[in-house]
Amino acid sequence: MTRRVAVTGIGCLSALGNSAEAFWTACRTGRSGIGPLESVETTGVRFTNGAQARNFQPADHFDDKQLVPLDRFAAFAIVAARQALAQSGLSLTAAQKSRAAIVTGSCYGGKVSEDAGFSSLYRDNQPRVHPMTIPRLMANAGASALTLELGWQGPVWTVSTACSSASHAIGQAYWLVRHGLSDVALAGGSEAPFTYGSLKAWEALRVVSPDTCRPFSLGRAGMILGEGAGMLVLEPLDHARARGASILAEIAGFAMGADAHHITQPSADGAARTIRQALEDAELPPSAIGVVNAHGTGTLVNDATESSALHAVFGPHLDKLLVSATKSLHGHALGASGALEAIACILGLHHQAAIPTAHFLEPDPDCRVPLCRQFQPWEHEAAISNSFAFGGLNAVLAFRRAS
Amino acid sequence: MSEPSVSPEVMDRVLRTLAETQKIPLDRVTPSATFEQLGIDSLDGINILFALENEFDINIPDESARLVRDVRQLAEGVQKLLAQKTEPVP
Repeated sequence: MTRRVAVTGIGCLSALGNSAEAFWTACRTGRSGIGPLESVETTGVRFTNGAQARNFQPADHFDDKQLVPLDRFAAFAIVAARQALAQSGLSLTAAQKSRAAIVTGSCYGGKVSEDAGFSSLYRDNQPRVHPMTIPRLMANAGASALTLELGWQGPVWTVSTACSSASHAIGQAYWLVRHGLSDVALAGGSEAPFTYGSLKAWEALRVVSPDTCRPFSLGRAGMILGEGAGMLVLEPLDHARARGASILAEIAGFAMGADAHHITQPSADGAARTIRQALEDAELPPSAIGVVNAHGTGTLVNDATESSALHAVFGPHLDKLLVSATKSLHGHALGASGALEAIACILGLHHQAAIPTAHFLEPDPDCRVPLCRQFQPWEHEAAISNSFAFGGLNAVLAFRRAS
Repeated sequence: MSEPSVSPEVMDRVLRTLAETQKIPLDRVTPSATFEQLGIDSLDGINILFALENEFDINIPDESARLVRDVRQLAEGVQKLLAQKTEPVP
């Protein structure tokens, strides 16, 4: 059994604001959420900018008792899922809940709680850490908390594949619904990476920009870390139509694959192979794609490699589509980034528009892609979202306009 | 502007750090060797920068590190940062 899969709800929190509406407003105006890091110590770190969900306070969304076992990353996931479910208008019976799926992505898990607990041990010589340290730091904390809140009892798990986590999570949830294992799924990712230890670790890898994120631009100097969550509600297209739900877009296909090349250097061959497989899975020719939401991190190597991959897959058609690199707006939210970029694709298809890439300076001969630099109405039937993780783990999602 | 000449002591410590980090015999690491000749890729490069920062207690900025292509340039960069370290802070 193969079924078409609709997206009927989206929720997100990011540096662009704490709702999908705020996210879209920032996309329309090209307003980047990158700025000075406020919630975390940056003394002695070579970069001081990030993309923080500034107005997000977990206490605005949970009571004191609920907050005890919740790290910031899990709180992100739950609030984004609430938004997505509210938009979908779904109300599940007990039988439906017994098969309903939740698949989340996270690169780090509860890093804020882990860092606080361990620094109290190692630095402050405290004899013990908080008893909720383990439940807070486990990468599946958001998914598990959602089962408690919603009573969903079907397949629930968490994917951790660095910067591809959320795309892998959405792709696997899509398979569950497509092949009839679940009739409804929540899927996405969340990340809260802003701790001093985490900033120092990224600094040591020398891939973070000292100022801002300039994907595919000459003069780009690296990525900018971000935080937040994106969650989608997926259900069979027929079910969504039968209950009169508003369909935002369809997920048309998904592919994942490994470069088997290098632990941090991306491979154009690996990226191109996964894009082609996603298009085949979606039964879409390259010429059907109107927008590519690039992985587009703003590092020297990623953007040049991704450009090569796009040329290899799309050939002359590349000049007829638009490439958006939305990490220039919401930062690189690691395990959440694939979900934020999926939402950018879905909203782009829904509004028939293309989202600008911020902070561009001038063209780089190594990155000859038709970069969307200004918000514009843009008729397109399909879009893809690329995620290429450290470790060479690639995930590509294909979306189709709701018919 | 000419690069500062590298003291024999600094050069020796740079060569040793390189050999140790890259797991290659010390006699292979000469001042004129390029990173390409030594098989140093970008990931090796950041491990070497980390080792040099610890060895000399310096901070190597990303922008200057990106331009370095051979052992002599690397040692010159280290020497320059050491000189800056001993200068009084204005």
